[in-house]
Amino acid sequence: MTTKIETKLGTLRYNIDKEAHIQVNFQLCKNCIIKPCIIGCPAQCFQLIDREIHFQYEDCIECGTCKILCDKKAIQWNYPRGTFGVAFQKG
Amino acid sequence: MVEKVDTIVVGAGPAGSATAYSLAETGHEVLLVERAKTPGEKNVSGGVLFGSVLHKLIPNFWEEAPVERTITKRSLILLAGDSSVSLDFTSPKLGKPPHSGYSIIRNEFDQWFAKRAEEAGALLATGIRVDTLLWENKRIVGIKAGDDEIKANVVVAADGINSILTEQAGLRKALQSKNIGLGIKEVIQLPHDIIETRFNLEGNEGTAHTYLGCTKNYPGGGFLYTNCDSLSLGIVVKLPSFYNGAKTKAPEFIDHLKQFPYISRLIKDGELIEYSAHLVPEGGYRDLSKLYTDGFLVTGDAAGLALNIGYALEGMNFAIASGIAAAKTIQRANQQRNYTKKTMKYYQRLMNQSFVLKDMKTFRNAPAIINNTRLMKTYPEVINNLALNLFQSNGSPRPKLVNLILKHILREVSLPNLMLDGIQAVRGL
Repeated sequence: MTTKIETKLGTLRYNIDKEAHIQVNFQLCKNCIIKPCIIGCPAQCFQLIDREIHFQYEDCIECGTCKILCDKKAIQWNYPRGTFGVAFQKG
Repeated sequence: MVEKVDTIVVGAGPAGSATAYSLAETGHEVLLVERAKTPGEKNVSGGVLFGSVLHKLIPNFWEEAPVERTITKRSLILLAGDSSVSLDFTSPKLGKPPHSGYSIIRNEFDQWFAKRAEEAGALLATGIRVDTLLWENKRIVGIKAGDDEIKANVVVAADGINSILTEQAGLRKALQSKNIGLGIKEVIQLPHDIIETRFNLEGNEGTAHTYLGCTKNYPGGGFLYTNCDSLSLGIVVKLPSFYNGAKTKAPEFIDHLKQFPYISRLIKDGELIEYSAHLVPEGGYRDLSKLYTDGFLVTGDAAGLALNIGYALEGMNFAIASGIAAAKTIQRANQQRNYTKKTMKYYQRLMNQSFVLKDMKTFRNAPAIINNTRLMKTYPEVINNLALNLFQSNGSPRPKLVNLILKHILREVSLPNLMLDGIQAVRGL
């Protein structure tokens, strides 16, 4: 029994900002073999499509895992601007 | 917005609200800044709130605060396939205030705590992300948020594990994966009477479980605790697990946990109402940030104040204790009108004297145990096999207990490793 990530994230409320709070330098991703961001991101914001990393910030749950896992320094990480991002109702 | 206040506290979690409340209560000016629209919306935890420290700040807080259940039962459970061995402790003594533990819904609890600080006289500014520290002559003199600049005598970083401010202040280097766990949690709704029947609880009694053997071959563990009408179920996996070409993606670890029959029966017919994730500081005493500099103090997760010793996990209580110590330091500095390192150092002294740093020092070798993958997989399996042999009568003669134990353990763990693990356990715990 595995639950789809869409179902998991579907339980969450977001206020999505127009601008991304995390920037990824995809040039640096090309030299990365293990790509831990794809495996480690609990919201699966990083996807490998045609051997290239794609990132979408909208589903981010602001944990910081990608920033710490990335040893290519490809991720410029920040929290979303005030009031934006995920809003946990339980936590 | 005001341009200068005595103290700015960044982050309205337990550390920040404890600091702001303590200062406001004693008539000191304090601004509490929070990036969420409502305090608590960004905060996630995976454990029990111990009451003793908060009780000192707000006596009998449990009578007014939104607490879910009083934890009167604790279990450590070793999972291995369809088997499990558990060590249960239950006693009304566990539920006796003020030393009792409570399950809490952070959204509600953190909102209450921040509101209490506000009622005591703190200025609460929500929906504001602090971007950087404000510097003058190489000294921290305030914060910047968007176009706003606010000055203060002291800035308190209570901005959580990803503390951008602590890094900017030069008090810690970037976090290293080996010292961090990724916690993933699901809140599963169930009627309260089903929770009470299923966990053998009465009224507002609650239980908290710790699981080992549920994170495949990777260092980590699982947890469960009962809320009024929901269960909080989660796992914590050390971040380097995701470097080892882990076939299991982060969200699948919790699905794996839910597949153990022990767990699936507990959550049966429950509805998933929230998925969340949060990092956990697991580097212990050796990975703490520096706690102070001129006009700046670091509290709670931002400093790395948390303890994971396998059978117990403590963070919120440490955060509140550090917030109280930070406030005491600032009260003293306000009297002396001196905000240099010299007066800020008092915070270090208070923390050294407190149970927080004493515990973290005592268990400074515990992180090595948490990283030991034999503890996570081999030992739970061995102990479950041993239990099967103990309790099953299969028609063949029973060996003596000692022989059985040695046979089972040595079949899976080499003697040198067994000795090393023993030494590690003695050193760490």
